[in-house]
Amino acid sequence: MSKLSTFNGGLKLDGHKKMSTGSAIKIARLPEKLIIPVQQHIGLAAEILVNIGDHVLKGQCLARASDTISASIHAPSSGQIIGIDEQPVAHPSGLNALCISLQTDGKDEWRARTAIKQDYLNKSCHELLGIIRDAGIVGLGGATFPTAAKLQACDQKTLHTLIINGAECEPYISCDDVLMREQAEEIIIGVQILQHILAVQNTVIAIEDNKPEAIASLQKAAEQLTAKNIQIISIPTRYPTGGEKQLIKVITGKEVPANGRPADIGILCQNVATANSIYRAVYRDEPAISRIVTVTGNAIHQPANFEVLIGTPMSELISQAGGYKDNIGGLIMGGPMMGFALASDELPVTKACNCLLTNSREETLLPAIRACIRCGECADVCPANLLPQQLYWYSSSKNFDRAQDLHLFDCIECGCCSTVCPSHIPLVQYYRFAKTEIWAQEKQREKADQARLRHEFREQRVAREKAEREEKLRLKKELLAKKKIEEGKAAAIDPKKAAIEAALARVKAKKDASGEPPKNTDNLTEQQQQQIREADQRRQNPSSEEKTE
Amino acid sequence: MKFNNVTSSPHIIRDDGISKLMSQVLLALVPGAIAMFYFFGWGVLFNLLIACVVAITSEAAMLKLRQKPVNANLFDLSAIVTACLLALALPPLAPWWLTVIATLFAIILGKHLYGGLGFNPFNPAMVGYVVVMISFPKEMTFWLLPATINAASLNLTETFNLMFFSQLPAAMSWDSISSATLLDGIKNHLSQGHNLSALESNAQLSSLFGRLAGLGWEWINLLFLAGGLWLFKIRVIDWRIPVGVLAGLSTVSAIFYLINNEQFLSPLIHLSSGGIMLAAFFIATDPVSASTTPRGRMIYGAGIGVLIFVIRQWGGYPDGIAFAVLLMNMAAPLIDYYTVPAAFGNRN
Repeated sequence: MSKLSTFNGGLKLDGHKKMSTGSAIKIARLPEKLIIPVQQHIGLAAEILVNIGDHVLKGQCLARASDTISASIHAPSSGQIIGIDEQPVAHPSGLNALCISLQTDGKDEWRARTAIKQDYLNKSCHELLGIIRDAGIVGLGGATFPTAAKLQACDQKTLHTLIINGAECEPYISCDDVLMREQAEEIIIGVQILQHILAVQNTVIAIEDNKPEAIASLQKAAEQLTAKNIQIISIPTRYPTGGEKQLIKVITGKEVPANGRPADIGILCQNVATANSIYRAVYRDEPAISRIVTVTGNAIHQPANFEVLIGTPMSELISQAGGYKDNIGGLIMGGPMMGFALASDELPVTKACNCLLTNSREETLLPAIRACIRCGECADVCPANLLPQQLYWYSSSKNFDRAQDLHLFDCIECGCCSTVCPSHIPLVQYYRFAKTEIWAQEKQREKADQARLRHEFREQRVAREKAEREEKLRLKKELLAKKKIEEGKAAAIDPKKAAIEAALARVKAKKDASGEPPKNTDNLTEQQQQQIREADQRRQNPSSEEKTE
Repeated sequence: MKFNNVTSSPHIIRDDGISKLMSQVLLALVPGAIAMFYFFGWGVLFNLLIACVVAITSEAAMLKLRQKPVNANLFDLSAIVTACLLALALPPLAPWWLTVIATLFAIILGKHLYGGLGFNPFNPAMVGYVVVMISFPKEMTFWLLPATINAASLNLTETFNLMFFSQLPAAMSWDSISSATLLDGIKNHLSQGHNLSALESNAQLSSLFGRLAGLGWEWINLLFLAGGLWLFKIRVIDWRIPVGVLAGLSTVSAIFYLINNEQFLSPLIHLSSGGIMLAAFFIATDPVSASTTPRGRMIYGAGIGVLIFVIRQWGGYPDGIAFAVLLMNMAAPLIDYYTVPAAFGNRN
C-alpha cells in the first residue's frame, strides 16, 4: 500500500483553497427561523413525528428514518414548530419539498443526552449502527448516503480496508481541510469507532498533498491517541481523486467493478466529516444537526468556513461572510466542478451543503458552443476511461443503445470533459439528458411490461373462469344424469309408483299405437260417449261387429 | 437574492477554443514553410496566398449559403489551416488555377457538403489534393530544383508571370528549372530495371541527394518535425498518430530494406523524403477525420505509414500520402468501433 496507483485522466485545477482557510472555523449565528427539509439524503424521506405548535428541544428527533435507506432529522435548536409544508430547497430540479419550520427560542436548550463514550468498545456492531442511524448521520462527502446503511456491510465480514476520504479534490471547498486541522482528534476517534464496527485490518486516511496542515494535524492526533493501524497518507492533488472509486484506485490500485460497490472488493470509504459526525454521536450523543460550510468565491467579501446549523438560510450565511461583492453573478452549492447553480439564496443549508461558491459575472458567462472536432481531449481527461466525445455524439442523436454500449452509466459526471472541451460543448448535460431519458424509457417499459402482464393475467383468469364454469356445468349435468339413473332405480324399488308409471306408459303407447284421431268429446254426456265408442268400435272392427251381430 | 443564470455543472470552462488550437497549428507550420520558401522560392508563398484567399472566400460563401453565422465560424481558422496544408503540399510552381481548384474542392466538397467543421469524414486538404492529383498529373509532378543547386532561380516577378500567365523568362526552359522529386526519380530509375547501387552513375539523380535524403527535403522535414514536436509539447496533438505513421512507415520499409537493399530504399530515406513529417504531424493528426480512441489512433497512424510505403513502392504515384490518409479516413469509424477502451471497473 506504500506505492500509490493512478487513474486515467483527471485535471490539475487551481485550488483557490487558501481563500477560505485563512481563519478558524466560525460559528454561524443562530437564526430566528430554521427550515429543515425532511429529505436531505439519498433514499426515502423521513417520517415526521411532530405537529405544528409543538415545542422541541435541540437534538430532538423531528422525523424518523422510514426505511434502511433513509435518515432521521433532528431539531438543530430548541423552539417551536411553526410550519410543516412545501418550501423551496436546494435541489437541481428547483422544485419545492416538504420542510419543517422551526421558530428558535434562542435558548438552544438540549434534550437529555446519554453519551456512551469509550463504552463503545463494549458495544456490538449493530448497537453502534443503531446509534449512528438514530443520529441521522449521512455521508458528508457529497452523496449524503445514510451512513448506517453503508456500514451494514460489516455483516459480511469480508471487509479488510477502511479508507477515510480527506482528499477534498474540488477547487474552493475547504470544509474538510479546516475540520481536519481543527478537530483532528475527534476525527481519529471517529475512525477508531469505525474500525471497531467494521473490524478491518487496514485503515488509510488519504489527504491530497495541497493540505499539509491537515495531514500534520491528523498525524499528531493519531500519535497522541496512540491510534493503531491508521495510516495517514498524502496523495497527489488531482481532480477527481476524491471520487470514491478513483480514491480506491489511487490507494490500492484496484478498480471497483462497474455497477459494483467498494464492499465487493473488501473496501469501505467514509468521509472525514462523517467520521467526525460519528464521534459526536457516540461521545456527545449529538445527532447530525450541523455541518461545516465553506463560503467562498470571487464575489464574497470575507470567505471563511462556518459551523452551521442545518436549516439556516443561506442568505444569513452570506451576510455573515461579509455579503456579496458588486460583481456577483451566481451562487453555487458545492464546488465549481460538480456543484449546482442556485436560483436564490433564500434556501436552507442541508446536510449536503459543503460549500457556497459565489461566482463573479465574468465567471458565469458561457462561451459560444462550437461543433465537436473529435480532438479527444475529453477522453484524455476522463477518469472513468470513457469516450466522452462518442457518448456526446450518441446522446445528442438519441442513440441511447449505443451510448449504453459505451458505458454511459459509468460516467460519474465529474465535469472534466466539459472543462477541457475546446468547442465549449456542455458534455455532461448531454449525459444527464441521456441518462434521464433512458431511465424514463425503462420506467415506461416497466409500466408496459406491467400492463402486459396484467392483461395476460386477466386473459388467464377469464380462461380459467370459463373452464371452471364449464367444469361446474359438466359436473352438474353428470350429477343430474346420475340422479336420474338413481331416481330410476329408486322408482323400480317403489312398486306403487312403478305401477302408475307403467300404466301411464301403457296408455301412452296405446294412444300412439291406436293413432286415435282427435275427437270432440269434452262436454258429452255419458250416453253420447257410449254411442261414440260403439261407433268407433264398429268402424275399427267391422268383422268383429259382424261376428257379434 | 435571486440569480438568473442557473447553469449546469461544471462551472469551470476553458477560455480558449478551437481558434487558439488552429492558430497554434499555423504557428507550428511556420519553420517548415520557411524552409520550403528557402529551397523552392516565391512559388511557395504564392501558393499559400492563393489557397488562403480562396479558402476564406469559399468558406464565407458556404457558411452564408448554409445560413450559419459567418464571422464566428470563419475566425475558428480551420479553413486557413486546410488551405495552408494544401498549399504546402502542392508543387511550388503550380499554375494558379490548380491551387484554386484544389482549395475549392477541399472547402466546398471536402468540408461543407459533409456538414462543415466536425462532420467531414475525409481530410479536406487531402480531398482537394487528390482531385488535382488525378485530374492534372503533369502539373502535379513539376517540382523545382532546390535553390541550392538551381542555377536559374526565379525572382518574384518571374515566378508571378510563370504562375499566373504561364510565361517563362526568356532563355529559360521548363526542363532547366523543374525536376522530378527524388522519390519520383528513384521510382523511374527502379522501373527501368536498375538497382539502387547504380544510382551514383545517374548524375542527375545523385545530385538530388543531400546528406540524408532529397536535397532540401531533409531540412524541410526536419523543421516540420520540430513544429510537430512543439504541437505535441503544448498538447495540441496526440502523440499516437504521428508515432503510428512514422513507426508504420519505418517498420515496413526496414523489413523490405533488410530483405533487398538494391530494390528498396532505407527507412531513413523514407522518413526524410517527400511530405512525410508534414503528413505525420499536421495532416494525419486532423482530429475530425482521424480515429478517436487511443488504441485506434495508433492503428490509424500505422495504417497510414504502411500505405505510404506501399504506394511509394508499388503505386502509380511518387508519394502516397494523400491516398494513404484518405483510405485510413474511411477506416476510422471501423477502427473506433473495435478499439473502445475498457471503462473504469470493466477491465475484467
